[in-house]
Amino acid sequence: MLNVKVLGSGCANCKKLEAVVRKVLAAQGLSAEVEKVTDYAEIMKWHILSTPGLVVNDKVVSTGRIPGESELRNWLMP
Amino acid sequence: MSAPAPTSSNPTTTSTTSTSSSSPVEPTRRAGGRPILLLGLVAIGWLALYNVIEPLANWLTYSLFGLEHGSRLGESVAFFLYDVPKIILLLGGMIFVITLIRSFFSPEQTRAFLGGKREGVGNVLAASLGVVTPFCSCSAVPLFIGFVESGIPLGVTFSFLVAAPLVNEIALVMLFGLFGWQIALLYMVSGLVIAVLAGIIIGRLKLERYVEDFVWQIHSGKAALDLTKPAWPQCLNMGWQSVKEIVGKVWLYVIVGIAVGAAIHGYVPQSALADIMGKDAWWSVPAAVGLGVPLYSNAAGVMPVVNALMEKGAALGTVLAFMMAVVGLSLPEMIILRRVLKPQLIGIFIAILAAGITLTGYVFNWLL
Repeated sequence: MLNVKVLGSGCANCKKLEAVVRKVLAAQGLSAEVEKVTDYAEIMKWHILSTPGLVVNDKVVSTGRIPGESELRNWLMP
Repeated sequence: MSAPAPTSSNPTTTSTTSTSSSSPVEPTRRAGGRPILLLGLVAIGWLALYNVIEPLANWLTYSLFGLEHGSRLGESVAFFLYDVPKIILLLGGMIFVITLIRSFFSPEQTRAFLGGKREGVGNVLAASLGVVTPFCSCSAVPLFIGFVESGIPLGVTFSFLVAAPLVNEIALVMLFGLFGWQIALLYMVSGLVIAVLAGIIIGRLKLERYVEDFVWQIHSGKAALDLTKPAWPQCLNMGWQSVKEIVGKVWLYVIVGIAVGAAIHGYVPQSALADIMGKDAWWSVPAAVGLGVPLYSNAAGVMPVVNALMEKGAALGTVLAFMMAVVGLSLPEMIILRRVLKPQLIGIFIAILAAGITLTGYVFNWLL
């Protein structure tokens, strides 16, 4: 099963990223487990320096920005 | 390496396909040329608009509304009608360009670049990179932890953390639009100097004990991230998104601020403020700094008011100090940093920054 993690302490951009991810998932008819990681110690385990970070199947794909929908489709589609 | 997006992992192919719209490329990339064309059209439209707003504002005020040249109401209305579209256009255009420039930098690269640099050189580099590296205050904590645990000295980290918000892009654009490029440059350079010095002082004071203990216990290692750089069309899109976001956030402040500024412009007598906000009022600089600290979110609205105040005799140093206090010493950021810094260090941080800003205010009042 597709696993997506949104890394971020709950800032506006983290919420936006989560919303876009869910939108793309719904549009593509994909089912996935979307987790929000808000604890800094947990976030730091992914070696990122800026939030929001996006992790797809245990790989960090973007940090510090909200990727566009076409990029997200690339990462989320098997 | 099984990159999930193999098509965008090669930066060379990406840039060639996006600049030459005629080359046959795979379907996912076909839209590459369109954004460039669109960008050109938008740029031409922007320039045309920018050149037409002043005559238009004058025509609306004096011909359509029939207000008298040189009358108070006429002056105020013309000022308002010219400044609102001018500032909004400048903000939009420059935020777009700044976002594009910033897409070449990332905090990860900055950290790698700062690793192993001495104090001094490191502080200067950190402050400069703080200006161009994309940074939002909500990222302050992961960035702080990431810098410190990779061995970057505390003082160098602070130079970055001071410069990033202090040299604020919105403030820079507004200064440029309202006061001219000299003052915008002056603001940027003094912000950099403050960031470098504040970092050096914090480094010398050896304040490591005031960093929250858990920070020193995190060892996330130095595993490099394997990120795909966004391609050109994506960068343009990011630029457009941040324009929408920032202009959407500040336009109302800009309008209200310019309305107040326009009223001051037309109705407050010349040099009425020289006594209370001029060079000779020594207390005006600390008062401006004290006033600026809680005003963070209104940076965009405060600027036009400040501009009008200056026309009426407020001193430049006082005005700059006020501006810097507004953008550089924000309460929300302090609250975020409290997660990793003990109150003592937050206190020292605020004190050094406030002192630096106040000093800058005095220096400019004395120089100019």
